[in-house]
Amino acid sequence: MTSTAAVRRIVKPVVFLAALGPFGWLVYNAFWGDLGVNPVETITNYTGIWTLRFIVITLAITPVRWLTGFNPLILFRRMTGLFAFFYGTLHFMTYFILDHSLVFAGVWDDVVKRPYITAGFTAFVLMIPLALTSTQGWIRRLGGRKWNLLHRLIYITAIGAVLHYFWKVKLDTTFPVYYGILVGVLFAARVWQRARKASPARVPVRANPGAPGL
Amino acid sequence: MLIKKPVDVRESEVTPQSWYVRRREFLQVAGSTAVAVAAGAAGPLFSGTSTVLAQNPAAQKLENLRKSALSTDEKLNSYRDVTTYNNFYEFGLDKGDPARYAGSLKPRPWSVVVEGQCGKPGNYNIEDIMKWFPLEERIYRMRCVEAWSMVIPWVGFPLADFVKRFEPTSKAKFVKFTTLVDTKQMPGQTEPALPWPYVEGLRMDEAMHPLTIMAVGLYGEVLPNQNGAPIRLVVPWKYGFKGIKSIVRVSFEESQPMNTWQRMRADEYGFYANVNPAVDHPRWSQASERRIGEFFKRRTLPFNGYADQVASLYAGMDLRRYY
Ligand code: HEM
Repeated sequence: MTSTAAVRRIVKPVVFLAALGPFGWLVYNAFWGDLGVNPVETITNYTGIWTLRFIVITLAITPVRWLTGFNPLILFRRMTGLFAFFYGTLHFMTYFILDHSLVFAGVWDDVVKRPYITAGFTAFVLMIPLALTSTQGWIRRLGGRKWNLLHRLIYITAIGAVLHYFWKVKLDTTFPVYYGILVGVLFAARVWQRARKASPARVPVRANPGAPGL
Repeated sequence: MLIKKPVDVRESEVTPQSWYVRRREFLQVAGSTAVAVAAGAAGPLFSGTSTVLAQNPAAQKLENLRKSALSTDEKLNSYRDVTTYNNFYEFGLDKGDPARYAGSLKPRPWSVVVEGQCGKPGNYNIEDIMKWFPLEERIYRMRCVEAWSMVIPWVGFPLADFVKRFEPTSKAKFVKFTTLVDTKQMPGQTEPALPWPYVEGLRMDEAMHPLTIMAVGLYGEVLPNQNGAPIRLVVPWKYGFKGIKSIVRVSFEESQPMNTWQRMRADEYGFYANVNPAVDHPRWSQASERRIGEFFKRRTLPFNGYADQVASLYAGMDLRRYY
């Protein structure tokens, strides 16, 4: 308990500030530094990759908890998920404002015509209900089971995000493939855990009431 | 927002082109006398006929440049834009890689092999080639297939003049160009990112068009390595990838050469690669572009705004098919 309290009071604010770091870097460089020859591209790519990183971090929390038995990790899952949404929103807004001058018809045109945007847009839109229902109030209102089911949308978001990245690059798919492998491993961990749970010899992990299930 | 505007720095003397630097550069300039002199001098870029002032203090200046009526009077992209944001996969896939790693390229001595269907094949030295023709400044728009663009003051000579010297025969229907292969000089070639060497080609009438040039410099100086030293092709109405860099071989051919990007992905990149807002790349739109230095996109013009001069070359051709 005391360790959980310490995590809440000390580690959480530190992690929160660290997660704001990439945003701080962008703001700093936009005003006092340098975002390179094509700043719009820098902002788009930078916010995009941080969205993906936070999606991966969020997906990693549960398997790492299983692996290490360090349960307070779960206290960070909502935060990292919301940071994924935060960077995703910055990413989408950069594109919406600077590529399409806030004209949604232009965005929609891309969504229907360009597979990489279709994938990215799906990934982003599916994060919206997750962000909205991330509060304790919504968990109570929906009930653990339904909430859980709804929040499985993160899997589609993760797949969409990787496909978006993979289809976007012109030639060098190294990094998209790395992220794809990461997401694949994190999915596999869940399948494996499920199989273990299903076997009768095992004592099930106690569900966390605030953030049940996967 | 997160947006910073480029700061205009105008030189008080006769200044045909406005020269601008980003704020950080401006501050650095203010802080350092040496750099300040260089940047101040950069204002009157082509004042009068001969003095072309420092962009890169170490670079060789090109003197007595002729001006051309084919130049655009649009605002130039900065020297930094032009020389630090490049696609030149021979030095790596990141746009900063060429500026970082092209130091290993040795553009002198250099020779260009001319061969194929012509009367005067041979092996020609770059120093001689540069003396064959008067050098001109050509300020062109450059539209990359990735939907960004720049305005660049090239220095070079018409490809037509170059071609005529070798007396191509009636069988010469195409010109094929080849880039150097040398993993020591071009470390990116140790990776099979593209099938090396890089190859490009033009139809004979495209090669002979007055807009098409061989560039040997930019901003009044010898071409920086990362921009394709010592000699490269510039075809302003086509996507940038047609502008093959660091050329070692020019060949007159009877049949259409297979250019590198077409070989890589024929469904995405063709032989012609004319800038065309009506024909999208399969993965992104070509209807608009981001001019480097601007935040919002602008509309892309057919043939990159050179339609009046070149559209007739393609009369009757289905440009959706021949993209
Ligand atoms: C979960 C949602 C998303 C993730 C994780 C994501 C991630 C990424 C990543 C990793 C990149 C490439 C970075 C690089 O190449 O270095 C990227 C590029 C891009 N994304 Fe997203 N993205 C998402 C949603 C969206 C949405 C909704 C849109 C627009 C509707 C969008 C538009 C773009 C564009 C236009 C680029 C290319 C920028 C350029 O070529 O300069 N993305 N994104």
